[in-house]
Amino acid sequence: MPNNLDFVKFDKVDKSYDGKVLVVKDLNLDIAEGEFITMLGPSGSGKTTCLMMLAGFETPTNGEIYLDKNPISNIPPHKRGIGMVFQNYALFPHMTVYENLAFPLKVRKFQKDEIDKKVDKALSMVSLSGFEHRMPGQLSGGQQQRVAVARSLVFDPQLVLMDEPLGALDKNLRESMQYEIKHIHESIGVTVVYVTHDQSEALTMSNRIAVFNDGKVQQLSSPDKLYEEPVNSFVAEFIGENNTFAGQITDMSKDKCKVKLNEGSEIIANPISVKTNGDKTTVSLRPERALINTKEKMDNNFKGKIEEVIYHGDHTRVRLDLLGNKEFILKVPNSSANMDIKMGNQINVSWNSHDARALDPK
Amino acid sequence: MSAETKQILTTDGIPLEVSLKKAERKNKIKAFLLVAPLLLFLLITYIFPIGDMLMRSVDDKMVTQMLPKTFKSMETWDGKELPPEEVFEAFYLDYKKLIEDKTFGKLSTQLNYTKNGFKSILKKLQRKMKKFEEGNYKEQITAVHPRWENVEYWRAIKRRAPAYTSAKYLKGMDMYVDEEGKIVSVEEDRRVHRILWLRTLEVAFFVTLLCFLMAYPIAHLLATLPMKYSNLLMICVLLPFWTSLLVRTASWMILLQQQGVVNDFFVMTGLVPDDARPEMMYNKTGTYVAMTQILLPFMVLPLYSVMKTISPSLMRAGKSLGGTPFIAFWKVYFPLTIPGIGAGCLLVFILAIGYYITPALVGGASGTLISNQIAFHMKSTLDWSFASAMGLMLLAGVLAIYWVYNKLVGVDNIKLG
Repeated sequence: MPNNLDFVKFDKVDKSYDGKVLVVKDLNLDIAEGEFITMLGPSGSGKTTCLMMLAGFETPTNGEIYLDKNPISNIPPHKRGIGMVFQNYALFPHMTVYENLAFPLKVRKFQKDEIDKKVDKALSMVSLSGFEHRMPGQLSGGQQQRVAVARSLVFDPQLVLMDEPLGALDKNLRESMQYEIKHIHESIGVTVVYVTHDQSEALTMSNRIAVFNDGKVQQLSSPDKLYEEPVNSFVAEFIGENNTFAGQITDMSKDKCKVKLNEGSEIIANPISVKTNGDKTTVSLRPERALINTKEKMDNNFKGKIEEVIYHGDHTRVRLDLLGNKEFILKVPNSSANMDIKMGNQINVSWNSHDARALDPK
Repeated sequence: MSAETKQILTTDGIPLEVSLKKAERKNKIKAFLLVAPLLLFLLITYIFPIGDMLMRSVDDKMVTQMLPKTFKSMETWDGKELPPEEVFEAFYLDYKKLIEDKTFGKLSTQLNYTKNGFKSILKKLQRKMKKFEEGNYKEQITAVHPRWENVEYWRAIKRRAPAYTSAKYLKGMDMYVDEEGKIVSVEEDRRVHRILWLRTLEVAFFVTLLCFLMAYPIAHLLATLPMKYSNLLMICVLLPFWTSLLVRTASWMILLQQQGVVNDFFVMTGLVPDDARPEMMYNKTGTYVAMTQILLPFMVLPLYSVMKTISPSLMRAGKSLGGTPFIAFWKVYFPLTIPGIGAGCLLVFILAIGYYITPALVGGASGTLISNQIAFHMKSTLDWSFASAMGLMLLAGVLAIYWVYNKLVGVDNIKLG
């Protein structure tokens, strides 16, 4: 699909607001044409700053941003032709839905009938036909959101930026809007740069996710890789749920290593960012990769005490005291075979060393 | 069944409406008691004085009370020919009483206002009346002076019969009722009030315009600057508020007078020669400068409060959608500030239209406004009814402007805070 792999290119971009602290450090990021890329990270990680630099509302302190091979640092925002959806929609409250959508077309001096056609098309894309003459204040949050999306797309930009567009919606609406935006992206093939701090949103929508922390991209990969194969403790911790053990490498082989935990026992893990014996490490294990009372043969088998049981309908979350970690979480699927999950019981827990990733120490 | 469905009962069987009223009564009483002091205060210091002013401005009972019998007998007189004998008799009796009370002088002054020439014939009548015999007063009075035979004079008396008059309002507009009862303007060189009204409107309009032009960028800066700078700027804007009005006006006098700081600076920098220092005070310029400075905060504050609520992302959205900074400002930002502009302009205009101290001190002859004229009649000529009439005309003008504004922009579009 992508014929242009560096449609947007951040080249060694630094950004500082006060000359003392770098909020974005040495950012290098290529975004392919037609891609849906998400910048994910906790607040203050620099993701919105990156987006604002791309939109033209902030200038990079150092480095250059290229759009379709052209440096854009000196181009003012209104000449970049980038669509943008803002956090609080930023619909013009004194204009009707039609006028809001016609605004980018009018400033581009389109003819009236052409404007009408484009507005119609954009509104039907977000299934809001017939809402032309409403004021934004008369629309629900979800409808305003759709108008904002339609407005950012109505002038056919090649690139659309979305800054936490679903942050103000309730959970159900947010989920349905996620699919809607994803479908719009797929149907018109526009490049989308999406900023969010909601990891499930990022996982469901994106082609690739750039996890930001502390002004740097921690990992840039597809959602499944990000979840299955985090490259460091921050990503492992930030994306999804995670059980951790802190320890030290005692026996290093090619694709396995022994980790002596601080509590004394030894587990076998998959060495990712550790090199030699004696390295400190944090072993990360996804809750669903640890099984209880299984008959499968696995190379880590331990006994834990059930501390808490929380019923979730389709599954049960079990908190264990295991190998000195009192916050060890298990997800047990709801089936009739799950018998003695009761508080205080001792149960066997097993996992494959491949799933226990030995990452950098926190 | 239908009655039951109409009236919803509470669980205790009391009709819901009754129960609700009972529950809310306490809150209503509490709310009323909270506003009662202000309501009382307004009633005593505002509504009542305005009512009193209104009464005073139209009050014309003096002549009515001096000639009660005459006016009563005149009720049936059509005014075409000389009035019948009973009117003459009534007038004789009324005037005799006034002479006894020694208040006849006032009557001659008042009637002379209505028609010139009354003063002398009343005086003559007073002298001759001592020898009058009973009966046939018509003949005796007309014999005193031929003017008493002129029906015009009797018509003039009848015009003063009503206890209320609009004469003061007409005077405020440089008009009066002439002898034939028509409303006409005074001679051109005596039209002082119209000039003042027009000047007041002109000054208020331009002061409002100047305030708006200066306040808009300041308010925008205030609303967008980071907190620590905007607080400082806000203090600068509000500083004039903390200084006495008199002190501020006096400092303008020091700055603007011919040997003042501003003129010295002009001369020093060679902008004007020393012997041609411009007059910036005791004329309209002084009024404009000082009033604009004093009224500026009233424009800044409503603008600021409105601009503060406009999300900066709206301007960004305007730009990201392809609008140049000017288009984004003009199509997005400016329309959203209209409620603040309306509030600020209305506030400044209404304050300016009734402004008193500043024009009185720095205005000179060509910079005084209608309020100075009102004050003049209050303090110097003691014509309180005329001052009241002009005050009420000013109030009516303000209300009219408010009404026009409401029609054009809509009052619910005003946002003061």
